[in-house]
Amino acid sequence: MRPGLAGWCFAGPALAVMGVFFAVPVAAAFMLSLTDFDIYAIADPSNLRLVGLRNYFQLLGTALFWKALGNTLYFVVVGVPLSIAVSLATAVLLDSELARFKGAFRTALFAPVVTTVVAVAVVWRNLFHARYGWINHALGAIGIGPIDWLGDPHWSMPAIILFAVWKNFGINMIIFVAALQAIPRELYEAARIEGAGAAQQFRHVTLPLLGPTLLMVAVVTMAGYFQLFAEPYVMTQGGPLQSTVSVLYLMYEDGFKWWSLGLASAVAFALFALMLASTALLLRAARGKVAALGGA
Amino acid sequence: MAGSIVVAAASRIHARWAATALALALCACSRPQDQLTFWAMGRESEVVAELLPEFERTHPGVHVSLQQLPWTGAHAKLLTAFVAGATPDVAQLGNTWIAELAELHALEPLGPRVQHSAAVPPSDYFNGIWDTNLIDGVLCGVPWYVDTRLLFYRTDLLKQAGFDAPPENWTQWRQTLAAIKRRVGPDRYSILLPLNEFEPLTALALQQPEPLLREGGGRGNFESAGFRKALGFYVEMFDRGWAPLVSEAQISNVWDEFGRGYFAYYISGPWNIGEFRRRLPPERSHDWMTAPLPGPDGPGASIAGGSSLVIFAGSRHKAQAWQLIEYLSRPEVQERFRALTGDLPPRRSVWALKALAADPYARAFRQQLERARPAPKVPEWEHIEDELRLVGERAVTGQITVEQAARELDRRVDAILEKRRWMLARRSSESARARRGGPG
Repeated sequence: MRPGLAGWCFAGPALAVMGVFFAVPVAAAFMLSLTDFDIYAIADPSNLRLVGLRNYFQLLGTALFWKALGNTLYFVVVGVPLSIAVSLATAVLLDSELARFKGAFRTALFAPVVTTVVAVAVVWRNLFHARYGWINHALGAIGIGPIDWLGDPHWSMPAIILFAVWKNFGINMIIFVAALQAIPRELYEAARIEGAGAAQQFRHVTLPLLGPTLLMVAVVTMAGYFQLFAEPYVMTQGGPLQSTVSVLYLMYEDGFKWWSLGLASAVAFALFALMLASTALLLRAARGKVAALGGA
Repeated sequence: MAGSIVVAAASRIHARWAATALALALCACSRPQDQLTFWAMGRESEVVAELLPEFERTHPGVHVSLQQLPWTGAHAKLLTAFVAGATPDVAQLGNTWIAELAELHALEPLGPRVQHSAAVPPSDYFNGIWDTNLIDGVLCGVPWYVDTRLLFYRTDLLKQAGFDAPPENWTQWRQTLAAIKRRVGPDRYSILLPLNEFEPLTALALQQPEPLLREGGGRGNFESAGFRKALGFYVEMFDRGWAPLVSEAQISNVWDEFGRGYFAYYISGPWNIGEFRRRLPPERSHDWMTAPLPGPDGPGASIAGGSSLVIFAGSRHKAQAWQLIEYLSRPEVQERFRALTGDLPPRRSVWALKALAADPYARAFRQQLERARPAPKVPEWEHIEDELRLVGERAVTGQITVEQAARELDRRVDAILEKRRWMLARRSSESARARRGGPG
């Protein structure tokens, strides 16, 4: 048997599975996005119109799409760095030689990750309650007036971000803890001997050696945060004043509430393009950084 | 990861179609001849299970297989079942979904059966509710239970403000709203109109003489004088501080807040009779009552919601399916169903029975149901209702004026109805061609 053929034989099953479950549905969804498939088309296929790129142009002309895009970017731009910072900070604390009961803390901090979004979102909705919520009680104790977290369009997204960060930081924390443990202790020892303080050690030893892990965490977290859906679905239903409608939430409404599957597919592809572009940008920036370090 | 959304969106559709088709294939070979499938939703589906043994006893040879669907998934399931040809024989259908399934030609017209049946006399049903089942003059369902919205109010707060009776028109309503607000101060309100609900604004809009859609449901009619008047009143209630700018998520427990006097009026539906009875503290149990919704110049209309029973066109047991509908429409069965669920019956003769006639809280509903008005019967109506709520929210928060809101609504609704206009135009040109070709 020729080696080429053998290779195809080995790769064949996996390729077939990918083709059936990935390539074909994606192609079908793209075709769908070029039609106005809706409830009338279900009634009678002759009601289906091929509309070319009209769904995409219609999206670009819809104020709600831009609003959803803005909300999603807000969530990503604030949420991702915050989430990574919290993960890294807790990981550094857990990794510290001074920390006691590491196992217990690690479990407690990781616990939110394994809870059910819907269940804890209901709990957080009560924590955020404008008049009875504990968060406002605590803020009141230090003299900050009540904030209408889920009712004020300026505070609804920060509230969602707080909840999402709390819910998700644990998984990245565990990854950072593992990466921190892999940094040889001698490097810190050497840095100390050369007179570096804690901040300098973090800046010049910890951060550079965490580089690849940071990049991986950033890419995965960003991809996840772009797909914001469950949090607003449970906590605000996209409100108030559509301040928490995300792109994915918009797609869900168009597709599975109003049954405009053509338009919903177009939303999905727009989001796909956006995520692809952001990830590429992030990788390029990271490569530039590595090159700059190498050059220095 | 991005791809997975697309795949999920696409493959979910395909997978469901395939799964339902497979399920149909499997059922088709194992189902006995006289097995009747019945899909029901939510709480009603649990309760109706208790009514079915009696039907099977009186109709030997018919076995009803009941499937319980959650409300949230029911709509998608009905559509996928239709696509796969796996629709049930009988189903409960929210009456805003009837137009959509009628558009799909999924429903069996019931007019002839009603004509030959003594068990379902149309004149016994409330007109507005019966009307929701008539799509282009064709009867597509029989009302099962009804839902409308009216005022729940605190009798003691109204009395303290100087009123012995609830308002009957908008002028009186305004007076009581203003008087209550003056008494309760800045931290409490006269009325609760949750921003996540479209029903209060829809009800006020239905009280107006103009229809909400024009050109056979092809365009919005929200710039009409009537709708602007309704929206103006709705916005006024927020502007004057009579209603708080909150949605349900911020209230967390309306029954507690009603008991505490956070608001004195609440526009809600029949299920809350039972909830208020159960949940209000004992010392408040005599301080509330229901009243018909005030209209611009006297008792006004309200929405005609609820569920109907339908037979699917694909059913092979239509005669037995109709027997089940007849059974569930019997006054004594409807009374049992009401006692078990709290759902209100659509037939006047059931309301004449002792249990309902003696309930003081139900009395206002009895009056309101005579004035229930159906919403426009187009498949897009649920989407339009949602836009109504969203634009209404922008108007009450002061982002746009009433005039701008009306214009914006017409613009959005015309965009939603674009496909429908295309279909209507095509249909009329086809029928014109058929007419021209016919005699010649």
